[in-house]
Amino acid sequence: MDRLEKNSKINVPAILENLENYRPRRKGWTWRKLVPDQQMHSLTYKQTSENLTQSIPLPAAKHFGGIDPQPDCVITTEIASGRFEDDIRRMRMAAWHGADHIMVIRTAGQSHYDGLIEGTPEGVGGVPITRKQIRATRKALDLIEDEVGRPINLHSYVSGVAGPEIAVLFVEEGVNGAHQDPQYNVLYRNVNMYRSFVDAAVAKKLMASAGMAQIDGAHNANATAREGWKVMPELLVQHALNSSYSRLVGMDPSNICLSTVPPCAAPVPSFQFDLPYAVALRELFKGYRMRAQMNTKYIESDTREATVTHTLNLLISRLTSVDIQSTITPDEGRNVPWHYNNISAVNTAKQALLALDGLQDMVEIKRDGVLGTRVRELKERAILFMEEMLAVGGYFKAVEAGFFVDSGYYPERNGDGIVRKSDRGIAADSIVARDADYFAPVCVHFGYNNVPAEYSHACEPTAGCSMCVSEKVAYIDELDDWDNANRRLTETATLREQGLIKPEVEWAGDGVVNVQMFLPAEPRLAHYSALELAKQMNLEDPQVIHKQVMQQAEGTYLEVKGRLPRAINPRELSLPEEEVVLSADEVRADIHDRPLKVVAATVGHDEHSVGLREIIDIKHGGIEGYGVECHYLGTSVSIDKVVDAAIELDAGAILVSTIITHADIHRINMRRLHDLAVEKGVRNKLMLLGGGTQVNHEMAVECGLDAGFGRGTKGLHVVSFIVKKRRERGLK
Amino acid sequence: MQRADDFATRRKHLAELSEAELEKRFWELSDKIMQPLVDLAAKHTSPSIERSVLLRMGFASVEAGAIVKRIHELGLLGKGAGQVVVTMAKLHQCSVNEAGEKILTAAGGEQMVEHFRGGVC
Repeated sequence: MDRLEKNSKINVPAILENLENYRPRRKGWTWRKLVPDQQMHSLTYKQTSENLTQSIPLPAAKHFGGIDPQPDCVITTEIASGRFEDDIRRMRMAAWHGADHIMVIRTAGQSHYDGLIEGTPEGVGGVPITRKQIRATRKALDLIEDEVGRPINLHSYVSGVAGPEIAVLFVEEGVNGAHQDPQYNVLYRNVNMYRSFVDAAVAKKLMASAGMAQIDGAHNANATAREGWKVMPELLVQHALNSSYSRLVGMDPSNICLSTVPPCAAPVPSFQFDLPYAVALRELFKGYRMRAQMNTKYIESDTREATVTHTLNLLISRLTSVDIQSTITPDEGRNVPWHYNNISAVNTAKQALLALDGLQDMVEIKRDGVLGTRVRELKERAILFMEEMLAVGGYFKAVEAGFFVDSGYYPERNGDGIVRKSDRGIAADSIVARDADYFAPVCVHFGYNNVPAEYSHACEPTAGCSMCVSEKVAYIDELDDWDNANRRLTETATLREQGLIKPEVEWAGDGVVNVQMFLPAEPRLAHYSALELAKQMNLEDPQVIHKQVMQQAEGTYLEVKGRLPRAINPRELSLPEEEVVLSADEVRADIHDRPLKVVAATVGHDEHSVGLREIIDIKHGGIEGYGVECHYLGTSVSIDKVVDAAIELDAGAILVSTIITHADIHRINMRRLHDLAVEKGVRNKLMLLGGGTQVNHEMAVECGLDAGFGRGTKGLHVVSFIVKKRRERGLK
Repeated sequence: MQRADDFATRRKHLAELSEAELEKRFWELSDKIMQPLVDLAAKHTSPSIERSVLLRMGFASVEAGAIVKRIHELGLLGKGAGQVVVTMAKLHQCSVNEAGEKILTAAGGEQMVEHFRGGVC
């Protein structure tokens, strides 16, 4: 498989072949290429980058020539369902919507795995990061980035007790970015603090050598503390410590990305905290990169609430600055993200960033006043934090004293911080002093290295190391005959080979569907009623994944997921014939040779006029533009009047628009139009067409009309239909 | 430790600093806290670091894990696992991969201890 075709699925089994010979095409991080003052569809964008060659634009783009401007910053999506072979397909979907940073979360427990994992075992809450998994993913991303026309960054984690080895693996395999922050190991993974920092220096130097982007782990303090915003001074400190450490071991600040998250969410007046924090951070960390994360701490199961929080986070990004815009899926508060929620999150970012394009040319942050006071206070509190760290004896002593993730707003202390002891934790007592004759015969090695005088460079005794010679990289395919991707793929082979269509949200063939319902019952009763209804729908293992009371007595909104053990065989499915639209030239010529008059109106008590005007008006690409003579009668017109006008004008067709659907009035009006035309003896002479947002072809035909047109209809669709029908029927 | 917010008194020595001076102090403190840790890292190694060396030398992870474990048990990690392997290869005029296998044997281990420590394990 050399390239992907837009209308063909990516061949995952083929991706897994011949991986022993796969080598990455590049190393290091890629930023988007900015295009200042980019012109698109008569609009000027101030903060966009080069376009994709193929993509899926925002839904509203259809009103603007289908443009899909790409914001200036890299956009992240986090994809890690536990089966990377299924994640590859989701990566392709995300790339088509504008993601160019694919972050793969590691499986639970990999931090404590003392070495590299090999093969492709299934993960829990993430993916086991292995050489084979990275090669397969990177190989697929090569194809996907060629397809969309922009480099895609692959990213995972260099942490735990195997950090240096993972860093080597990532450099060798062309992973483009990684989280690396020894503080994360210490505080959240209870890895011994000496070991974490000793390992981190080597890992960071390796990452720096390949130009990888590094993201720190400070945002976790926000997610861990009870009141997220009270750790703001500490967040500045954590960012600073990892940045200093990285810079001191040789990493360029332009590759050091601060994982910053607006710490609050409504009902907190969040901008009072989030904006001063964002400004303080960007002032202190000039020259470093901002990876704007979205708030996860206050996400519940309501995807709407999450999306609003995240949109407001994006406003912070645009009011200040952002280099990598991370995205959190709106369903993260309820389950491991589903395919389409990754796409939702990417689109939330793209939509908001584009809407706010050029904001800073018009709106300025009022740096003095209350914001300035708060910025100054945050900086001072962070400085005081570090002064006290030094006063107690430095970093290790401060961690032992529980300085970090205390819920007090520093210098306030509540005594509930995370305490780690320097002689405890995973891999305690595992660092070893390098002897005077210590020698590591490899390149890119941090720290003391006594290269013997007989060698001109460190890796000479082995005739080159893997940092210089890619052939040195050793490859292991699988270690487990059962727990691997090939075996898992055999379970879904039938679906793929026969082209069966089965619902899925995470893994091929998982069968999961989500049913939304409102039940007129209080939440508990509604909950159990919903489960029962789901069972009656033949859903297996139903679970209520969201419920929200509308009013205690009146009812509850619920979302219920369940497994639908069914698949559709497309060969056994009958699809209605697809309407083939004639070309504009052919239609125009036909109307010229055989002129056509139509009568058009919005019928019933209905004042909507926009949709029908778009179908008619020449300036909207309407049927007038093809030479059709249109007699528009207006809105709230009676059916009688429409039919009479058609008879009087000797029209060839009637176009009725009906938007209101209350009590099925749209169907009633369409049926009445047909009946009246029959009654007046003109049905055979007239073509009757109905349109509206809730109208479709089948419904209109069922009501006796010749055709129905719903959302997205253009004038050409209508006139093409008329021309074809009158040819068929020999009508004038 | 429990403590009320004493920011107003604690900040007094910072009150007169300009914004630029404040930012300079911020970075000075951060670097001062981290420099001793950088120094510690430069003088120490760990099993993971040594495995990362063997990976770079062309060993697969499974072999690298076994060899580093063995060298650690022999008390030779401070010499650098890579150096132990290279030394074995030189002594036996063999490839580094063959040297790695030899280190895993009883005789090979003893030979390395003899070479680097004069027989003291």
